[in-house]
Amino acid sequence: MSTTPDALVERQSTHDVDTDEALAPLTPRQLLRRRALSHWGLMIGAGLILALVLAAIFGPMLVPHDAYAQDLAGRLAPPVWAGGSWDHPFGTDHVGRDYLARLLVGARISLTVGFFAAIVGSVIGVGLGICAGYFGGRVDQVVSYLLTCQLALPQILLAMALVFLIGPSMIVVIGVIGVLHWSYYLVVSRSAAMRIRELDYVASARAIGSSTASILWHEVLPNLRSQVIVIFTIEMGTAILSEAALSFLGVGIQSPTPSWGLMIAEGRQSMFFEPWLTILPGIGLFLLVMGVNLFGDGLRDVLSPGGKN
Amino acid sequence: MHSPNSNGRDTLLAVDGLTVNLTLPQGTVVRPVRDVSFELARGEALGVVGESGSGKSMAMLALMGLLPHSAARQARRLQLGETDLATLPDAQFARQIAGKRIGMIFQEPMTSLNPVYSIGRQLTETMTLHGQATARAARARALELLERVGVPEPEVRLRQYPHQLSGGLRQRVMIAMALMNSPELIIADEPTTALDVTIKAQILDLLAELRAELGTAMILVSHDIAAVSRAVDRVAVMYAGAFVEQGPLNDVLGAPLHPYTQGLLRCAPKALTPHGGGRLGSIAGSVPRPFAQLSRCGFADRCPLAHDACREGEPEMRAEADQAYRCVLDAERLRVFDWADTTDAAPVADTDRAAAPANDTPILSLDSVSCEFTTRRGVFGRAHHLRAVDDVSLGLYRGEILAVVGESGSGKTTMARMLLGLQAPTSGVVRFEGRPLADTGNRDRARQIQPVFQDPYSSLNPLRTVADAIGRPLVVHGIGNKRSRRDRVREVMALVGLDERFYDSYPGQMSGGQRQRVAVARALALEPDVLVCDEPTSALDISVQAQILNLLLDLQARLNLTYFIITHDLAVVRYMASRVAVMQRGRIVERGATEQIYTAPENAYTRELLASMSDPLGASSSSGAAAPA
Repeated sequence: MSTTPDALVERQSTHDVDTDEALAPLTPRQLLRRRALSHWGLMIGAGLILALVLAAIFGPMLVPHDAYAQDLAGRLAPPVWAGGSWDHPFGTDHVGRDYLARLLVGARISLTVGFFAAIVGSVIGVGLGICAGYFGGRVDQVVSYLLTCQLALPQILLAMALVFLIGPSMIVVIGVIGVLHWSYYLVVSRSAAMRIRELDYVASARAIGSSTASILWHEVLPNLRSQVIVIFTIEMGTAILSEAALSFLGVGIQSPTPSWGLMIAEGRQSMFFEPWLTILPGIGLFLLVMGVNLFGDGLRDVLSPGGKN
Repeated sequence: MHSPNSNGRDTLLAVDGLTVNLTLPQGTVVRPVRDVSFELARGEALGVVGESGSGKSMAMLALMGLLPHSAARQARRLQLGETDLATLPDAQFARQIAGKRIGMIFQEPMTSLNPVYSIGRQLTETMTLHGQATARAARARALELLERVGVPEPEVRLRQYPHQLSGGLRQRVMIAMALMNSPELIIADEPTTALDVTIKAQILDLLAELRAELGTAMILVSHDIAAVSRAVDRVAVMYAGAFVEQGPLNDVLGAPLHPYTQGLLRCAPKALTPHGGGRLGSIAGSVPRPFAQLSRCGFADRCPLAHDACREGEPEMRAEADQAYRCVLDAERLRVFDWADTTDAAPVADTDRAAAPANDTPILSLDSVSCEFTTRRGVFGRAHHLRAVDDVSLGLYRGEILAVVGESGSGKTTMARMLLGLQAPTSGVVRFEGRPLADTGNRDRARQIQPVFQDPYSSLNPLRTVADAIGRPLVVHGIGNKRSRRDRVREVMALVGLDERFYDSYPGQMSGGQRQRVAVARALALEPDVLVCDEPTSALDISVQAQILNLLLDLQARLNLTYFIITHDLAVVRYMASRVAVMQRGRIVERGATEQIYTAPENAYTRELLASMSDPLGASSSSGAAAPA
């Protein structure tokens, strides 16, 4: 023991007068903020996401070129570091569209699809999960069966088939990706609902005369929020990748809308001659998904230390 | 080898100035254990008593070197026999001391045994681990000890796994495991808290027997003075991280000196003395959180005797005959002090406790009600029936306090859930004012019958503020507008003694007692006639339990409420109830007026329950003799 009791006393008594009072517990909010700020992964992820979101919102307004304006005379201009001009810092694609402008609009597409697909998935998954966990019995068995079926489906293949049947558009892509990504929400919200169902505040809500719907909405759902937020970010990363994959395969976002997956697909033919056409959207995709995943993992650590409130 | 100390006693464990520094997540350092000193002679049993958060478990973990990483211990002296524990490296401690010279028994017999290994393997492993015994010798020792601690068919048990044993048997196995290497000292941390009343008494008696027989010294840590008094000869009372009083059992319990000890003893309802119509003494406020550093008496905030001297530095331990206490006042002054003068001594309005219920119809009644649970594995699995409540008829009359007593699994909680309409009976009818409860709508029922649950940590939604929680019933029933609801919430908060500053607090920021007050306030918001209280105080500290029990009695008198109380705590029943029903395995085996049941029990099971109670103070609080019934 390097510190003797007396040394400790001395050091602390130099603080303000109140150090000997029982320490007032920090509010949950303050504790959360402390944990969040000291979590490196969370901060890096949040920084990446923030940067990309800002770029997606304001970038296209700042870049002087239109993402759709073709300039066949200036096609396949190299980026600055490969001997190009500052007029097109990231070069141009095979029909002469400014690549920076297209990347920025692509970020919008990725973020939009990822966000809304994750919302669709969360509504389905959490809805089913809460019902399965709260009601149990037959409801639970039916939902669990649905989950087993869902997990057995080849997702990309099914998504391709669905988009192909309905016809590609952003809404359809969002819907299809969302409908195929709810299993994680379901598993987590089901087990959380099973736990919450047994807690006395649910029993007391029933004794008060609340309806079942009001118990699910007011007592169960709010207590799932930290878990759902964590899964939401992780699923958003998956959805962004799925969109890129679908677009790459030609059944996602359609040309001329610049989706990163589509841009990679278009650049693929000349990958060895104009590598930036595939590398740049690839880097964008990597940074975004990594940011989202770091953020999600960090949130999980910060929101559920030991699983307690 | 033995070192007789100054008193001529043969000292086994000497602890001087044990302090634990705990670093909190936000970086501040607090001391949950401060300057704990005691000596334990060979074969002696010390009870360490304190409320939750008093640091008693942390002190024992520090002794065993089992502190979490964020905590560090320091001590002037920490000696077991001739061995200096303070300077012993951890690895050597683990090899030579833990499990060998000091055995440990934990609170949860469910979790302290490894579920994937057989009992036999876990027992023998403690001996064979360091190769000081052959497997055969260890097995023989395990059999002998299982036999000794009263595990039937030890041969069979050796092959069984923890989940195949009951809680009581598991705790016996834990005791056998602690004894495997014939330790000189056994530290038991709340060894009986998770067990039923009758089992609890058996385990404590077993520990006392073993100590007499084997001469093992013991430290029993518990929040329950009455329980500890069955098995120890010295007691130390812990408060806010420090020992505030220690001495021989009879002296401390019979003539406590420190105001906290006095208050604590007055707080505990007595199972073996009739209810005299007076209130329980209660200590205002609640147990403080760990202090960083203390420059005053830790109890000064709650002490009726506190004066300026108490705030000038923490008092030293003072010796008085065999007792030692931590207070600035002289023993003479403390002896004449009477807590009854400080709490408002107005007797609780005594609503004819012993009187038979009036002859009108019961407000709430069970008519030969049974409740059966069916579980099946998978969709097509074989159904398995469990009869939780078996043909029970019981009436609750207006204005009375009816208590149902029983051990865990006796079906009393199922009964409460049926009365609350949360569970439909399999057969029989629950009636409210003569009409079947099932015909009453949820809303109407809610206005008449409200629950108070056991665990104030799970009975409040953590995301809802106090005002939200209390006002929620009004919102659900569409009563009043925002303003009138706010007034009503304030009114109910005042009724249950909750300060208005808690209006916007979250449950996470409040203590257990405060939360339970919120739960009571929420139940009262709709002005019901009946409160169904399921173990309303069993999750609370003793001093806080007294506050809540007094509150419930006051409210009953003021609002003319009817209580249906479910509990395993016979002392609480005797303090609260006008009538008692004893429940065993889903049936009511005996019922009657409280005093009648307690003085002349007819049923064998009731007698067994009562025999398991011990009253630290015996029949009267002045005799000072520990008299187990």
